[in-house]
Amino acid sequence: MAFNGHQCDDESIDEDETPTKQPRSNKEMPGCFINEPKNEAAASAGRATSDRRTSNSTARQRSDSVKKTRPPFPWFGMDIGGTLVKLVYFEPKDITAEEEQEEVENLKSIRRYLTSNTAYGKTGIRDVHLELQDLTLCGRTGNLHFIRFPTHDLPAFLQMGRNKHFSSLHTTLCATGGGAYKFEADFRTMADLQLHKLDELDCLIRGVLYIDSVVSSGPSECYYFENPTDPDRCIQRPYTLENPYPLLLVNIGSGVSILAVYSESNYKRVTGTSLGGGTFLGLCCLLTGCSTFEEALEMASQGESTRVDKLVRDIYGGDYERFGLPGWAVASSFGNMMSKDKRESVSKEDLARATLVTITNNIGSITRMCALNENIERVVFVGNFLRVNTLSMKLLAYAMDYWSKGQLKALFLQHEGYFGAVGALLELLHPS
Amino acid sequence: MDKSITLPPDEIFRNLENAKRFAIDIGGSLTKLAYYSTVQHKVAKVRSFDHTTKEATGDNLYEISVQEEVTARLHFIKFENAYIETCLDFVKDHLVNTETKVIKATGGGAHKFKELIERKLGLKVDKEDEMTCLIKGCNFVLRNIPHEAFVYAKHADSEFRFQTTQPDIFPYLLVNIGSGVSIVKVESEDKFERIGGSSIGGGTFWGLGALLTKTKRFDELLQLASKGQHTSVDMLVKDIYGGSYGSLGLTGDLIASSFGKSATADKEFSKEDMAKSLLHMISNDIGQLACLYAKLHNLSRVYFGGFFIRGHPVTMHTITYSINFFTKGEVQALFLRHEGYLGAIGAFLKGAEEDNPNQYSWGENYAGSSGLMSVSPDMNPMQRARSGTFDMLEMDRLEGKLVNLPLLQDASSYIPDTVDLTEDAHAREYWLYCFEEALDGVVKRAVASQPDMPEAAERAEKFRQKYRHKLQTLRHQPFAYGSLTVRSLLDTREHCLNEFNFPDPYSKIKQRENDMALKYYQKAVKCLDELSWEERQYALVRVELMDVICPVSSLVDCLLCSAGRPWLVDSYDQWFERLKGPPHKCAMFFVDNSGVDIILGVMPFVRELLSRGTEVVLASNSGPALNDVTNGELQILTESIAAMDPVIQAGLREDRLTLVQSGSSSPCLDLSRLDKVLAMVVRERKTDLVIIEGMGRAIHTNYYAMLRCESLKMAVIKNSWLADRLGGKLFSVVFKYEVPAPSQHSAALTPS
Repeated sequence: MAFNGHQCDDESIDEDETPTKQPRSNKEMPGCFINEPKNEAAASAGRATSDRRTSNSTARQRSDSVKKTRPPFPWFGMDIGGTLVKLVYFEPKDITAEEEQEEVENLKSIRRYLTSNTAYGKTGIRDVHLELQDLTLCGRTGNLHFIRFPTHDLPAFLQMGRNKHFSSLHTTLCATGGGAYKFEADFRTMADLQLHKLDELDCLIRGVLYIDSVVSSGPSECYYFENPTDPDRCIQRPYTLENPYPLLLVNIGSGVSILAVYSESNYKRVTGTSLGGGTFLGLCCLLTGCSTFEEALEMASQGESTRVDKLVRDIYGGDYERFGLPGWAVASSFGNMMSKDKRESVSKEDLARATLVTITNNIGSITRMCALNENIERVVFVGNFLRVNTLSMKLLAYAMDYWSKGQLKALFLQHEGYFGAVGALLELLHPS
Repeated sequence: MDKSITLPPDEIFRNLENAKRFAIDIGGSLTKLAYYSTVQHKVAKVRSFDHTTKEATGDNLYEISVQEEVTARLHFIKFENAYIETCLDFVKDHLVNTETKVIKATGGGAHKFKELIERKLGLKVDKEDEMTCLIKGCNFVLRNIPHEAFVYAKHADSEFRFQTTQPDIFPYLLVNIGSGVSIVKVESEDKFERIGGSSIGGGTFWGLGALLTKTKRFDELLQLASKGQHTSVDMLVKDIYGGSYGSLGLTGDLIASSFGKSATADKEFSKEDMAKSLLHMISNDIGQLACLYAKLHNLSRVYFGGFFIRGHPVTMHTITYSINFFTKGEVQALFLRHEGYLGAIGAFLKGAEEDNPNQYSWGENYAGSSGLMSVSPDMNPMQRARSGTFDMLEMDRLEGKLVNLPLLQDASSYIPDTVDLTEDAHAREYWLYCFEEALDGVVKRAVASQPDMPEAAERAEKFRQKYRHKLQTLRHQPFAYGSLTVRSLLDTREHCLNEFNFPDPYSKIKQRENDMALKYYQKAVKCLDELSWEERQYALVRVELMDVICPVSSLVDCLLCSAGRPWLVDSYDQWFERLKGPPHKCAMFFVDNSGVDIILGVMPFVRELLSRGTEVVLASNSGPALNDVTNGELQILTESIAAMDPVIQAGLREDRLTLVQSGSSSPCLDLSRLDKVLAMVVRERKTDLVIIEGMGRAIHTNYYAMLRCESLKMAVIKNSWLADRLGGKLFSVVFKYEVPAPSQHSAALTPS
């Protein structure tokens, strides 16, 4: 998520959000994640910190100490955002008979509940296609599950935790995202759970780097669109994120954060914008009466934004050659809606599409400017705004390529919105 | 067309009979018409009598004649598109000039109204690129209108903080927020580039706003927004975090996700709240992009324009906020007083290239211009739409090009005026009152100056009404013409007097006083010459500060009297010490009044300087203002003094005494707008002393001016309120001798 200027009539600026440009220096070893079976070396996930925080030095854990420091099950990582709660759960598959016997009933029940269902309550969903199998974490092998539910249903989740006596397991619940702070007291009072709060940007970066390093089979974690400027030939292609630095990481949640990442532990938040996924959904709800992201996307896929937006050709009859603006470029988002007649002739689908295009293109331009200012050529877009949202991904790929004349490459990751939660889980296993 | 013009159109479309070179800029709701006219002006000229031919009658040294002079003026008129047809009809009916064949047109509406314009005016519409016009116009106002740019601070004592004109206006960024946003980098008069833009602009606010609130008009949407609370619609940091995001220093009140709270089907939001949220979203987004571009191109001057900004305090505030937020105050959002006219000015300039308008300096005519916010933004938008108000800008061509005094220590930070009445409410109150009180006297004097003209009384009455109206406007909108100062009040009065053909109400008085003072010149000089060197230096300062004629019998006592010392500001002793040293190379003397002041005060002082071996340049006004001596008058006076005084005569003959015009017709002095010749003389003669005298030039203006050479500022405070404010009494003396710090001194006279 990201934060943009808030304005209030009666006050002046008190704080600003843009960190200084200086990348932090990092003298630590770049962390590496080793996931061969039996090798219990832990990651030195250098805790990526923002400028205002000091970089912690990370002690490499010795493999023989892992067992001792290995936390008890269950292993969760949680990211409580403005709109969605993202939960990753590690299901051990190498449980010995002895362990099975020792395992308390509550723990078993939670494991069964999560792994045997794909939907929880009215709104909880497990993204089965993202599940990572046969993963070795802290010397244990198992499956990593990805679950999400709306933040406004957090009370129901807490109630469930209470019903299942989660607190009796004495586990540490590592949580990140703003909700980790906002709902800390609720976790304590409603479910008797103590949260271990983590910084969301640290977790995000840790999560991205980890997932990219462990996914080897199945569809490549990282991908891009080939021929983004040609709709007929535009295809998704795997991308190997070797030597990923420097990297611009754009996280599109309710809002948007843009990070420049120079190494695992050396990053800065360049800027952010409040025009993000929340804005798309918020405006769509107001304009079309829809109520879910999926509905909004579905409508957008059937609409035509050119009926809503004023294009360069609507003003100049064609290209504005003097400034190299093609006729198809949007001159004014929602510009046609200044006219009463046109307001009456557009469909809800058109409005949803225009909202999607407006928000996506705006993220594209801000990203492009940041890439130029930071002198970075590779951009990775993550966040749940991109979930099942090929329209936006292709638009971003197109915008990056077209306006930079091929200089910028837009990259995407399969686990879009779950990196913060993964980072939180890693913190549980390998405290930095 | 059922709408009629509410103001008499001949007061709006002025001087149409001489008009040529039309240009029009038709925007989404407003039309701006531009034309060039020549104005017949009465000007007072002085001519020396030819004394050899006994032509002279009476005691007069010179004769005054009122002559017609033709000056050039630019007219810009802004009105609602609804009146376009009525206006074109009016223009057609009054257009006499037949040379005009084409009209330059720009703006989005130029295409739509092309046929109408061609039919109504019988002129060929010649379309010009919108952006080119905009930039040309922007360069023109930045260069020619002091206090064109301002910073907007909603909660400050004065909302508008005007910027001083920069010697070099380039490079800058212009962010034009129309239906979309264009970001243009301007590097020189002819070099500019659209470096970026955004589709989220005024059209997005308007279009999306209309969909969300069912409110059709842009102004109404802004009004809604100004009443709303965005926090019910936007998701703030504290909505996610419960408080601030401390580690990143993001406060809880920051917007994390615009419209983030409206992502629900079962809640209603008020129109006001949605409009407010939308306004913030768009302003922040534009501000952010502008900052990213400014950073990438390393530019710190960023001007905002376009209909989204135009005259709307609401959007100026949100944009200002956004820029402050994203640059931590490193970049200031700048706005322009005449932003709405840029396209029309640029289109006009495109059509007037053969007249070379850029080789002249132009001045805003306060009498003929409406001023900022001539239509109150508080007015209900519906009323505003129907009010049919016309906003005007008139600019007069000045003689030649005006430039900085090369001796200014820092031209970019020089502010001529001592007190900014826009910020000092107490002083503003007093001076507005003062000028209003003085109005009767000015009217009387104006009438008296034209005894042969029976309609003078009527004109004087019109002058009174006009000036009183200006004073009233300034009382409510002190920012109307940039920073309000005593100088601008005086200049506005001069412009209004000129407007009603009172070019020089003091001409007869000046003539009488000059004649009178000349009679005493030789006696005074003789008297001074008899003093010892030490006594004379002091007496010269005394006599300079005197403006009544002392009876000769007591002159010496009077001149040597040291009562009242130390003066209010008294650096006479330092000056005296300096005089013991080597003579100055060249002194530039900005003179003040006619009569006693110039003849018995300045001339003996000049004489002494010449005798010391210092060259002297006398700078006087190009045109009349109050009883200030004009360049024309001073030429005659100097010649007649030269006839009596061999020192002055030798000075003139050997070119060690020179007269230049200041380029100004103001009782005050703006050292950043001086005649080019003056600046050249300053450089050529290696001027190392600047003398400024009189209240207008040394107190109301330039009191704090920092020069790169020695300077002397002398005045008697003839206003008890001001004397009181400065901590002295009426007729307190200010004698300010300043020497710049050595390091700066060595830099003097290197070309700036």
